Amino acid sequence: MASVAASAAKPRPGRPALPPEELVAVPVRHWGRWISAVAAVAALAGLIGSLAKNANLRWDIVGDYLFADLIFDGLQTTLWLTAASMAIGLGVGTLIAVMRLSDNPVLYGIATLFVWVFRGTPLLVQIIFWGYAGALYKELLIGIPFTDVTFIRADTNDLLTPAVAALLALGLNEAAYASEIVRAGIQSVDPGQTEAAHSLGMRPALTMRRIVLPQAMRVIIPPMGNETINMLKMTALVSVIAAHDLMSNIQDVYASNYQVIPMLMVASIWYLALVTLLSIPQAWLERHYGRGTGHHRRSPLARMFAGASLRLRTTRKKGER
Amino acid sequence: MTAPMVHAQGVRKNFGRLEVLQGIDLTVERGQVCCLLGPSGSGKSTLLRCINHLEKIDGGRLAVDGDLVGYRQHGGKLYELREREVAARRRDIGMVFQRFNLFPHMTALENVMEAPVRVARAGKAEARARAQELLDRVGLGDRAGHYPAQLSGGQQQRVAIARALAMEPKLMLFDEPTSALDPELVGDVLDVMRQLAADGMTMVVVTHEIGFAREVGDTAVFMDEGVVVEAGDPRQVLVEPRQERTRAFLSKVL
Ligand SMILES: Nc1ncnc2c1ncn2[C@@H]1O[C@H](COP(=O)(O)OP(=O)(O)O)[C@@H](O)[C@H]1O
Ligand SMILES: [Mg+2]
Repeated sequence: MASVAASAAKPRPGRPALPPEELVAVPVRHWGRWISAVAAVAALAGLIGSLAKNANLRWDIVGDYLFADLIFDGLQTTLWLTAASMAIGLGVGTLIAVMRLSDNPVLYGIATLFVWVFRGTPLLVQIIFWGYAGALYKELLIGIPFTDVTFIRADTNDLLTPAVAALLALGLNEAAYASEIVRAGIQSVDPGQTEAAHSLGMRPALTMRRIVLPQAMRVIIPPMGNETINMLKMTALVSVIAAHDLMSNIQDVYASNYQVIPMLMVASIWYLALVTLLSIPQAWLERHYGRGTGHHRRSPLARMFAGASLRLRTTRKKGER
Repeated sequence: MTAPMVHAQGVRKNFGRLEVLQGIDLTVERGQVCCLLGPSGSGKSTLLRCINHLEKIDGGRLAVDGDLVGYRQHGGKLYELREREVAARRRDIGMVFQRFNLFPHMTALENVMEAPVRVARAGKAEARARAQELLDRVGLGDRAGHYPAQLSGGQQQRVAIARALAMEPKLMLFDEPTSALDPELVGDVLDVMRQLAADGMTMVVVTHEIGFAREVGDTAVFMDEGVVVEAGDPRQVLVEPRQERTRAFLSKVL
């Protein structure tokens, strides 16, 4: 390729001197992005610096507790409670969503009632209800109503340990919200997809599993990511039934040592770390379920340097000559 | 004497108060190509969907290959089919849609393999080989790994035809297969359909391609407002129509 410098050296007004294929395309330079990036980094550095130097924050206490056993125990509870209740939420929620979209009026009725109750009452009330269900019903019987026939008999308190109660409360409440997210996802899929699957002899359940849900996932994942992050923090509510998550353990500590701010810093650092970790599988899932749609976006860094890399190359070419 | 592939007698269909099909009579013999023409809203798509039981008819009799659509005859009584039986009947009828309706999250090859693997329970390797063969047949052997979004409309429609053929149907229904295509892509799709007709497939084709209907069709049926206005040899119906409504329609599309 004839060099850029040559054409620049002898500018001929009017007609272009070179045939079009030898012209160099200059990409749009995003100066605004670079200026705002520098400003943002400076502001952030200032903020971090002032936080680090602030003696009132007692970083020594933050350091003491950041990796304490008590914190790790709470972290463990928070993590498995979040994972398990999200699994229940998504599983039961999908079932409820499909029931709500069903032609069968009985299934529709049950699903609507479920969502109405579990979304309409406060989560705290639901947690307390499951936690103290043993006081309401001493025994759990499974049999035929209004007869003496019983199949299973169990002591409620043996079944509903605090962990199980917490899981039921969080999982079923989440299911009510998740079902609406899944329903919106299913409804976002073109009905022509279902028709095409049916015309191939696929039955409704298979069509839902293989054709509709995988496409609905694209719409479902981002709000479910939100739900997961919310759940991470909502697990703190289970402290009322003596289950020990991260936040309850932190509260226990500052209730005795009065170092409220440093302990809340510890909590924030851990929650931020967990949320950061969660974003990795979310990005992976979004890419997986977005396949075939062509909605691929370059990473922010790649976008920042998009114009610049081309510029570097032209500069080098000038230098070579 | 074998039953015709499609036999409709006085078929009726309403959507609420709207009578979309008002007593349709239609016979498609085995190995024949029947072209359905008519203005938009005349009920052509609805009739195709009834044949594949995507819609239930409200009156008359509709049989495919001698079996009443949606019913099983046993001991002098008709029993409505269960979900599993409806699905089983649909396997034998291929359908191609105006908007292709390919599964966007699967490659062309996976689209074609899906029903043989999940519905007919064919082995993966065998289904893959067969799907590749079908893609070759519609001229897209080299696009097997592409997702629908990476294919042109004409290519997508040919994949859709291959997908329908993968279940080895005895009847193929086409609902305006070329209406959503750019003019230069129509020919490739019609070529595939022409070849299919030459191979002896029984086809019902809703189309506005008068040339195709004249050349490939064994019968042409002109519908308007839910009734069959005129039916017969395409060279007669489409060249010297007897009915004024047919003539008016043809003068608009030609
Ligand atoms: N699911 C439906 N619900 C209500 N009306 C419908 C439905 N499907 C089709 N129709 C109506 O039935 C008529 C015939 O439609 P259609 O069979 O698609 O016609 P064509 O394919 O000949 O253009 C139209 O008036 C259309 O609005
Ligand atoms: Mg139509």
